[in-house]
Amino acid sequence: MNAFIAIVRRDLLLAMRHRAEAANPLLFFVIVVALVPLGLNPRRETLELIAPGVFWIGALLATLLSLERMFRSDFDDGSLELMLISPQPLPLIVLAKILAHWLVTGLPLVLAAPPIALLLGLPTSSLAVLLTTLVLGTPTLSAVGAIGVALTVGLRRGGMLLSLLVLPLYIPVLIFAASAVSAADGLPVTGQLYLLGALAVLSFTLAPLAAAAALRISVS
Amino acid sequence: MWAFLHRFASPPHFYRRAGAIAPWLGWICLGLMAAGLYGGLVVAPPDYQQGESYRIIFVHVPSAWMSMFVYVVMAGASAIALIWRIKLAEVIAIESAPVGASFTFLALVTGSLWGKPMWGTYWVWDARLTSELILLFLYFGVMGLYAAIEDRRTAGRAAGLFAIVGVVNIPIIHYSVEWWHTLHQGPTVTKLSAPSIHVSMLVPLLLMAVSFKLFYVTVLLHRARCGVLERGRNAGWVRSLLARTEPE
Repeated sequence: MNAFIAIVRRDLLLAMRHRAEAANPLLFFVIVVALVPLGLNPRRETLELIAPGVFWIGALLATLLSLERMFRSDFDDGSLELMLISPQPLPLIVLAKILAHWLVTGLPLVLAAPPIALLLGLPTSSLAVLLTTLVLGTPTLSAVGAIGVALTVGLRRGGMLLSLLVLPLYIPVLIFAASAVSAADGLPVTGQLYLLGALAVLSFTLAPLAAAAALRISVS
Repeated sequence: MWAFLHRFASPPHFYRRAGAIAPWLGWICLGLMAAGLYGGLVVAPPDYQQGESYRIIFVHVPSAWMSMFVYVVMAGASAIALIWRIKLAEVIAIESAPVGASFTFLALVTGSLWGKPMWGTYWVWDARLTSELILLFLYFGVMGLYAAIEDRRTAGRAAGLFAIVGVVNIPIIHYSVEWWHTLHQGPTVTKLSAPSIHVSMLVPLLLMAVSFKLFYVTVLLHRARCGVLERGRNAGWVRSLLARTEPE
């Protein structure tokens, strides 16, 4: 448990030291979301219709962009190898990395959501549901993404490949989250929220094991 | 049983056996496919509702079945390769990927050709079409990962792990798109008690399904033979094999 806390703290500290880098995913997210009304038309009904999807696709891409950071710098400076040979269970270490990654990229998305939702003209009644889907969904993105990064960390140009590996696995989150937000204005959404929660639990249980196995394969 | 499996899993033995079996399977597959196509395209009556254009199911349905079957074989072989470190299983998993991707592609193309006269459009965002498309992406992911890593052993194991991750996700993805939107007709053959398909159409369909399966096995055996040769290019048995076949 000490190792878990130590790694979370270390990763947060590293993120604090590279604040500009840590802020990039959020800025990327804001810009992508802001581009959509410019590319389509900014009529209120259109925006309201597409806002949940745009929001979640933006979140997906922002997470994807920041995934590499989870293991890349540790791989470059060799500390990843030390984690691999340390007596601590590797899945636990991976879980700590996932949590730290979510705190650095997922949480800012949740916090930035309300103003951006206003920007897209999402009705305020849907805001609570939007925040719930983000809280339940973005940890899944970090956890599933960890498997993809762990598989591609040894490659020099793994970026494109990473998106090919990870994005198909993100589809269930996208579907349930976006449909919950679209339905929020009047329809019951507990089903989608339960499923998002189930996905989060499932991914947090299995993804660290898979990512640990993947790390052992790709760092050898 | 175990001794047999171990013997079969040894590359030189597999190479010889596969070389002996593959042509036979290939001919049987060809025969069944000819019978199935004849039964499907000539003998079977036109559908009362869909007319002649339903006949594409004799290619479409078997390839859709195969697209999923091959993925499961690939994931199973990857699990065997990762757990027991059997090289042959790794070769089988990797060599299955392009074949499975081709079946998936075939299922998508034939499906959209059928969709034009039936649904009036080549593509709809229907649950099964979407999950088939995602399956294709997963195949591409396995192939891309294998191609991207230089060391063949590492590449094989990494791609295998991704295949296993994918197989856990396929049901989730499938049901998520199912609940999201669906237009596709329900299954007509899997209801074993009383299939809602006439026997004159069912027989050629099953013949085609079996011949597709044999086609996969034949192609897989050929590919896996090449695979074990390539991976064992420094092993003694490959050298002696080459020395025997090479002209002086």
